[in-house]
Amino acid sequence: MTLSVDIRHSFEGFSLEISCQIGQSVTAIFGPSGAGKSTFVNAIAGLLRPDQGRISLIDETLFDSAEGVHVPPAQRRIGYVFQDGRLFPHLSVQDNIRFGARYAPGGLDRAEEARLVALLGLEGLLGRRPGTLSGGEKQRVALARAWLSGPRLLLMDEPLAALDEPRKDEIFPYLERLRDLSEVPIIYVSHNLAEVARLADDLIVLQAGRVALSGRAEDVLSDPRALPLLGIREAGAILPATVVAHDPDGLSRLRLSGGDLILPGVTAPIGARIRLRVLAQDVLLSRNPPDGLSSHNVLPVVVETLHRGGGPGVAVRLRSGKDVLLARITARAAEEMGLALGQSCHAILNATAVPRGSIGGEGARSVADAP
Amino acid sequence: MNLTDAEWAALALSLKVSVWAVIISLPFAILVAWILARREFPGKALFSALVHLPLVLPPVVTGYLLLLTFGKNGAVGAWLAELGIVLAFRWTGAALAAAIMGFPLMVRAIRLAIESVDPRLEEAAETLGAGRGARFFRITLPLIAPGILAGVVLGFAKAIGEFGATITFVANIPGQTQTLPSAIYAFLQVPGGEAGAIRLTLLAIFVAVGAVLISEWLARRVAKGIGRT
Repeated sequence: MTLSVDIRHSFEGFSLEISCQIGQSVTAIFGPSGAGKSTFVNAIAGLLRPDQGRISLIDETLFDSAEGVHVPPAQRRIGYVFQDGRLFPHLSVQDNIRFGARYAPGGLDRAEEARLVALLGLEGLLGRRPGTLSGGEKQRVALARAWLSGPRLLLMDEPLAALDEPRKDEIFPYLERLRDLSEVPIIYVSHNLAEVARLADDLIVLQAGRVALSGRAEDVLSDPRALPLLGIREAGAILPATVVAHDPDGLSRLRLSGGDLILPGVTAPIGARIRLRVLAQDVLLSRNPPDGLSSHNVLPVVVETLHRGGGPGVAVRLRSGKDVLLARITARAAEEMGLALGQSCHAILNATAVPRGSIGGEGARSVADAP
Repeated sequence: MNLTDAEWAALALSLKVSVWAVIISLPFAILVAWILARREFPGKALFSALVHLPLVLPPVVTGYLLLLTFGKNGAVGAWLAELGIVLAFRWTGAALAAAIMGFPLMVRAIRLAIESVDPRLEEAAETLGAGRGARFFRITLPLIAPGILAGVVLGFAKAIGEFGATITFVANIPGQTQTLPSAIYAFLQVPGGEAGAIRLTLLAIFVAVGAVLISEWLARRVAKGIGRT
């Protein structure tokens, strides 16, 4: 494990008690406002000193209340991309991104700088002042600045939250490219599941200052118990898929371990591995093979778990080949169908509901969104 | 305008005293302003009151206190005299009086500037590896440059105009401690001195307007320099 956190902290009317291990990958911290996400990352960065506990990165203790250890933020080498950018207004874009380089172990790495500038599309901005940049440009500069300081770990606290949807779509491919090229572990704080599904390998769900769920993103997102935590309209499984064909009518054939899906709006080339996000509320179940449906997207599945919540809904975890799907149906329907563990049935996905452009087109870890 | 040698000397002394007053008090003013803006400690209100004291005390009282403290027999003055430093009745004493009178004005201007710097920018610098000194010199100081400039202008103006504390502490010795206001006062004390007083008054106005114009020009350049245009 790269980062190990075990902390307790209390504010007026709020207490945080978090214990977790974070590995060498992209870990998303998800939770509603006030769940303690920012407190958690601020403690890791050293901007907040917890009341009690221990934080260690690789083999270095960053914080230990019992030993009285609190390494100052400036010596932690943990990069931080803030929601509001926090660029230095009196410095040019170039001086901003070089700000931390003089404290990095190897100093300024010009090759790395050139690579980042190209990757983040900053060539035309280098001489400008932050005051003249758009929100999306500012966040790209903030990313480059944190990256070039040579961090051992990178924290991103809702870096896209202040941006509108078009700006988010503009910056997302940059984020994905950075993630794919980087060896630095990333902690990505978000309250947007679409972002989480697109970026994260691991997922920690926080609720009221506690870890409610944690694990591989695919597992957590397809865990029926996660449904109330993630929001019933937002919850949904992630499925890896391979693009096998693009048909002339604009539809593409995607191969999953449990069968094929036909979806519109896939821009990734043939052979690319992408991730599909299938929302639980967009999955219908049928005991018999459906016939005469308008949807081509039917996968044979086996019921793995049934989770009855407080309301009229039931969350069903379904196995499809090596993958897992999550469906949300009414308790009455489950009863009438006589759904039981281990039972085979058919999952129907409404593919036409997938909006153009929201299917990840680049890299092995892209995700399609199927709201 | 034909100035006599004594009048030129008064102008030169005023400028010298004021420049030195600003130079010696500026580092302390920045430090005190930073403490007042960014630190919490018991007795802060008292500390703040002490800093602002010269602003509210009658200047003559400040001058007299300086004389008591820094005079030849004063607590600090006697000790400094052993080191060969004499302040009372010297131009250096005039500079000290001007510095102390202008100090609260400088602190005020700089403190406001520091309070307007977003501490989250300093936090960001911290996560990038900058220690306390680097954060101050690379982030805070450039961002408060307009406030420092404003403080310098106020301190300089106060120093040029300072009269009460100066005349009490260092008297009114031509060529030694006679600044522009003291010289004007001296002219007014003798019959037929009005002409000289008016010449020096015009000179004082000229110096003041010049200082304001220069500071306006500097302020624009500084604002541009830190991306505030």
